[in-house]
Amino acid sequence: MGRTLAEKVWDDHVVRRAEGEPDLLYIDLHLLHEVTSPQAFDGLRQNGRRVRRLDLTIATEDHNTPTVDIDKPIADPVSRAQLETLRRNCAEFGVRLHPLGDVEQGVVHVVGPQLGLTQPGTTVVCGDSHTSTHGAFGALAFGIGTSQVEHVLATQTLPLARPRTMAITVEGELPDGVTAKDLILAIIARIGTGGGQGYILEYRGPAIEKLSMEARMTICNMSIEAGARAGMIAPDQTTFDYLHGRDHAPEGEDWDAAVAYWKTLRTDDDAVFDAEVIINGAELAPFVTWGTNPGQGAPLSASVPDPASYDDASERLAAEKALEYMGLTAGQPLRDIQVDTVFVGSCTNGRIEDLRSAAAILDGRKVADGVRMLVVPGSVRVSLQAVAEGLDKVFTSSGAEWRHAGCSMCLGMNPDQLAPGERSASTSNRNFEGRQGKGGRTHLVSPQVAAATAVLGHLASPADLSDDAARTPAGV
Amino acid sequence: MEAFTAHTGRAVPLRRSNVDTDQIIPAHWLKKVTRDGFEDGLFEAWRKDSDFVLNRPERQGATVLVAGPDFGTGSSREHAVWALQNYGFKTVVSSRFADIFRGNSLKNGLLTVVLPQETVERLQELTEADPTVEITVDLESRQVRAADLTADFELDENARWRLLNGLDDISLTLQNETDISTYESSRPTFKPRTIQV
Repeated sequence: MGRTLAEKVWDDHVVRRAEGEPDLLYIDLHLLHEVTSPQAFDGLRQNGRRVRRLDLTIATEDHNTPTVDIDKPIADPVSRAQLETLRRNCAEFGVRLHPLGDVEQGVVHVVGPQLGLTQPGTTVVCGDSHTSTHGAFGALAFGIGTSQVEHVLATQTLPLARPRTMAITVEGELPDGVTAKDLILAIIARIGTGGGQGYILEYRGPAIEKLSMEARMTICNMSIEAGARAGMIAPDQTTFDYLHGRDHAPEGEDWDAAVAYWKTLRTDDDAVFDAEVIINGAELAPFVTWGTNPGQGAPLSASVPDPASYDDASERLAAEKALEYMGLTAGQPLRDIQVDTVFVGSCTNGRIEDLRSAAAILDGRKVADGVRMLVVPGSVRVSLQAVAEGLDKVFTSSGAEWRHAGCSMCLGMNPDQLAPGERSASTSNRNFEGRQGKGGRTHLVSPQVAAATAVLGHLASPADLSDDAARTPAGV
Repeated sequence: MEAFTAHTGRAVPLRRSNVDTDQIIPAHWLKKVTRDGFEDGLFEAWRKDSDFVLNRPERQGATVLVAGPDFGTGSSREHAVWALQNYGFKTVVSSRFADIFRGNSLKNGLLTVVLPQETVERLQELTEADPTVEITVDLESRQVRAADLTADFELDENARWRLLNGLDDISLTLQNETDISTYESSRPTFKPRTIQV
């Protein structure tokens, strides 16, 4: 019987398989950041262990880093101490580090792919649940806890039970104005925040094949929000073209050998998934969340749902609590929801293509009075590219703030936070209570919806913007 | 890791579904670089409400958390497990746990017990009716017992063996050094490297 993509990559990494034991899986790439690694390095020290494969390990700083005044000492002493701890640990153990101020610094899930380190058929782990992002390349990539970070540092392996596989087939073509973010939010609303639990998802079908690498990363990034450990997309010419010539992509004969192998990484026609979901891409529309988990979303044209409409008691209670926290009432049109803040950035939507699409909408327009818009590139490289294309000028001319790279307001570990009661339209991945700051209220949206919302001051899509005769786009 | 064989204690019923790890321990606590001192951050936002179940006098000293479905979703932060343990919880019962949270729990000796939703609700009703009721979670017999309720639970044999004996996963893996070295010698040259060595 044939095998799925996930099964092929898994099988190629089994170091040891024994009856009654989890498989011991080899890890090709281990990404580190400052938040989930300090206790792991402590563990190595306590046990007199070293990092087994420094050449498969790389670290950067992202969660705590400020996005303004990066040349000044970090104001928060606890954040500063955590970054200093990472620097000390990397120096002591010999780990390659891209700290704040380095040209390769950025959100760890933006940095790995842009360096060409994330490759098809590899296993990638990081102490961060959004490691699923790297599955866009046909890598088996998943988030791990700090004990597992220590395990990988010491052994370059992890004992793991093989998850089941789920195909998410997206038929048809996404209509104009519908993005990868809308698609993944719709998928999560459909299968639920626990729907992917125990599965590796494989996104496939004609609508997926047409997506750029950036868009595929947005999709795979949010697999964890459906409860799945990992999401994957089979590598194809789009993948190879993205990788070719990148710093760590193979060269010469190695490139040819790699591509030959990568081409085998497709689910066999006779392979059987443990579960299958079919989505009609042509039926989708811009999608936003109204609640406090990523599964509580609806098309922008819909209204806030009535909790009483849920059959399931725990879902009903969750919806009631969400509306209370979000300060919304059942039946209120989503388009009527006014926001204070718009955030464009994060490992979900902080890549160059995301910034381009937001800029194209803001070009020649102004951010609404009373709305604060933050644009935070996912990495220094993304930032430099955006500046080279003049996107930073588009953002600042429209009244948005152009910031330095980092995780920023996605989780507010740095000073970029919502105040209690403030409401955001955010291109990030989690609308949990307090995620963007204590008492903050988050609506997850695409970069296009974020930009249109910034202009109108309420949740909106680009189609809602009138063709303003006075608009003079610089045409970036 | 501390071994887990059996535990008996009073319970806290947490009737919420989809409790994400941002609720269990908010992000600003993640700046700490130790595995301890997270107890005050546990459910920090909800604890501001004096009626929140954890604040009730009858729940002080409870060690068994009986939670709603999909407990521990979201971020992979192991700090969520440390916060529960630092606070005093020894075990969490739910009908469904998020994968990463469950893995992190078992690595730290916090036993996550999966029971059918109706059994979880019966346990919640029991402890709500009488907060002094004790719940026993017995890993040796894979059984939960409280008042007249007895429920068997599943846990794979390997995870159970490691928990019962408090075994260090890294030491276990390093016993397979030959397998790891053999695998490494056969890795293709086109695989990426972060540095030249």
